[in-house]
Amino acid sequence: MRKINLFLIASALLLGSCNNNKSSENTGSTGSTEAPVAGGQENVKDDVSNPDVVKVAVGSKDHSTLVAALKQAELVTSLANAGPFTVFAPTNAAFDKLPAGTVDGLMKDDKKADLQNILQYHVTTSALDVSFLTDGMTLGMVNGDNLTISVKDGKVMLNGSATIVASVRASNGWVHVIDGVLLPPAKK
Amino acid sequence: MKLSKLNLLTLTLVVGLISTIGCKPKGSSSAAGGDAAKAYVAPGKYDEFYNFVSGGFSGQMSVYGLPSGRLFRVIPVFSVDPEKGWGYSEESKPMLNTSHGFVPWDDLHHISLSETNGEHDGRWAFGNANNTPRIARIDMKTFRTAEIIEIPNSAGNHSSPFITENSEYVVAGTRFSVPMGDKVDVPINTYKENFKGTVSFISVDKASGGMKVAFQIETPGVNYDLARAGKGKSHGWFFFSCYNSERANTLLEVNASQKDKDFILCVNWKKAEEYVKAGKGTKKAVKYAHNVWNESTHSATSTIENEVTVINAKDFPDIVYYMPCPKSPHGCDTDPTGEYIVGSGKLAAVIPVFSFTKIQQAIANKTYDGDYEGIPVLKYDAVLHGEVQKPGLGPLHTEFDANGNAYTSFFVSSEIVKWNVKDLKVLDRVPTYYSIGHLCVPGGPTRKPHGKYVIAYNKITKDRYLPTGPELTQSAQLYDISGEKMKLILDFPTIGEPHYAEAIPASLVMPNSQKIYKLEENKSPFATLGEGKARVERKGNEVHVYMTAIRSHFNPDNIEGVRLGDVVYFHVTNLEQDWDVPHGFAIKGASNAELLIMPGETQTLKWTPEKIGVYPMYCTDFCSALHQEMQGYIRVSPAGSNVPLTFSTGTNLPKPTSTPAADTMKK
Repeated sequence: MRKINLFLIASALLLGSCNNNKSSENTGSTGSTEAPVAGGQENVKDDVSNPDVVKVAVGSKDHSTLVAALKQAELVTSLANAGPFTVFAPTNAAFDKLPAGTVDGLMKDDKKADLQNILQYHVTTSALDVSFLTDGMTLGMVNGDNLTISVKDGKVMLNGSATIVASVRASNGWVHVIDGVLLPPAKK
Repeated sequence: MKLSKLNLLTLTLVVGLISTIGCKPKGSSSAAGGDAAKAYVAPGKYDEFYNFVSGGFSGQMSVYGLPSGRLFRVIPVFSVDPEKGWGYSEESKPMLNTSHGFVPWDDLHHISLSETNGEHDGRWAFGNANNTPRIARIDMKTFRTAEIIEIPNSAGNHSSPFITENSEYVVAGTRFSVPMGDKVDVPINTYKENFKGTVSFISVDKASGGMKVAFQIETPGVNYDLARAGKGKSHGWFFFSCYNSERANTLLEVNASQKDKDFILCVNWKKAEEYVKAGKGTKKAVKYAHNVWNESTHSATSTIENEVTVINAKDFPDIVYYMPCPKSPHGCDTDPTGEYIVGSGKLAAVIPVFSFTKIQQAIANKTYDGDYEGIPVLKYDAVLHGEVQKPGLGPLHTEFDANGNAYTSFFVSSEIVKWNVKDLKVLDRVPTYYSIGHLCVPGGPTRKPHGKYVIAYNKITKDRYLPTGPELTQSAQLYDISGEKMKLILDFPTIGEPHYAEAIPASLVMPNSQKIYKLEENKSPFATLGEGKARVERKGNEVHVYMTAIRSHFNPDNIEGVRLGDVVYFHVTNLEQDWDVPHGFAIKGASNAELLIMPGETQTLKWTPEKIGVYPMYCTDFCSALHQEMQGYIRVSPAGSNVPLTFSTGTNLPKPTSTPAADTMKK
């Protein structure tokens, strides 16, 4: 009787351990580099630190279109990173200036690459105080294209098409609010 | 038939074991077989306990997770740590000041975590300095050494920093007796006449944790080894093991093992406290350092104190009693109820367990066995609850679980023995392989042990770890004690040489962990609270650089006008307000160390350039994608040079004279 019990225990162990194996495969700990399902820097509970650039955008009711687009483009994790980033953040009104249907079109799954390209054109990997932006300066943006700064009468313009209207310091960089959407130069 | 069944069973077990190992995630398999999974903490999961482990001769305290055995942090305490700038930054240097001046190293043996009502409260961890007697208090919010107090009239603070159940006191019993007072230049062989022992009570402020040497009890010149406070019914008492009751001053290996029994010193500290309050103590002139870290100025101060209150045990017959304990007692541990005191004679063949109730009766009835240097000695049989017979060889230390069991480490027979405190029966024993010293059950020294595990801290690891030359790593071993039998589930290496350790549920510590220092609360006189306030000032031959650091630049990052003969102070303020984003600061040729500056903090590095030239400086703590760009230059000109003192970031001022217009910032 005692032997049978042992046998059962041994079998249970065997099953149990293989169940473990399955779950560990799911979390990628058997050698793949997948991130675990939960966690990630964007999910860390931290009410003490200053908000990062994503949280700044999320906290602004004028940027709900941008936030939705960042989520659709899967850029939230990257922008919650140590950075540093400068994000040129078009307002909802700026997105509304685009031809009707543009934003809806970009939010479709088959246009994700286009959306990523546009959003990454709004981010540079450097924390730039507005005073660092000087007339004629060129910034290399995350998508690989360049952006040109012009300064006239104290106003900072990007590509001559959008103006910085406000700046917010985030924990991992700067959010400069702009009144137009920046379009990457056409591919040659 | 029977035989084949057995074979089948064996086969099944073997297959099961192999499968278990085979199915296990990488890194969790070991010789511990199927139990290793219990130590596995999956990615994205936290450990259940923090384990605060003494670093022994490293002088530091380390923090591990349990059950994973992962090392999280080494907290610099008594030894300098160039990695963290501890003892190198101008702000931290006073923390290592003593009456002997700046002491860059010590030997940290024991940990005590603060308690309220006999339970862990997650506020402070205390550690002892064995060599130059001190006690340190580590803030469990910041994981930083917040205070260090030197112990006067002590030599070898081994019997320390054990704590009372409401953190009223941490104690310090001197391991070496020494001559004290005015007459200290005496022949060593006058030990018996001139050498004295002390046990010191250091009060801990309830709110701030601030320590103060409240009083010392002067005793005959024995060696105090370990100690534990009473708890529950024995709260108000303290028990110190001591050896060398022979009072030998040479070849103690032989000469301190002459008697069958040494002592446990029982101290009625509540009574002693009353005498001190009534002004009965004697004020003695001494010199000791008291060093305090200030969280708002981000800097330490060191004050030399000049006086201590001493009570001579001989003059107050109702505060101290010696209790005989076989053969050079080492560990002296009180069980969770406070009724039982376990003495572990290193050379004894039994473990004596004393009864607090019987101690009280013996004192009331004066059931004495004479006196030792004027101090009453309690009769062994009158205070004994009983002896654990043939427990093992070389008992050292005992911890407890919540179910009335004790776990004693045995150095010579390399094992942990589990026994029942009441009936003194041995229940289980497991080998530790590596000559165990201390051991730890989470909450083991408190009134409410958390149980679950016992961790062995071991000295010798030749049979298992890859050799690393003449010295191998020290190690810890984790055993599951949730069942009747103890089961080894993990080996993990430790820093320094681990002595005592305590473990505390993560839930008591983790929610309080500090994330940043708020810039608006930064009261450092050298803080630069904004890039606009960055500047360089000359005061005679001192150049003070008020510098900011934020991803990913220093301000200023170009400095000129420093001359040979100048002493440069870099006061670097980390402007980040973001958790886990420290910046580092280092400069070529610095003869001290780097700085690591936490978010919102200000730290200072002193630098004396020895040669002219342009010196690079950079951020040493990987902070961002542009960490490598976080750098700058400082120009050093000859003494008497007329290069003006200038500083800038991003503007290239002053205008270069030999090249065309300055570059604008290009990306």
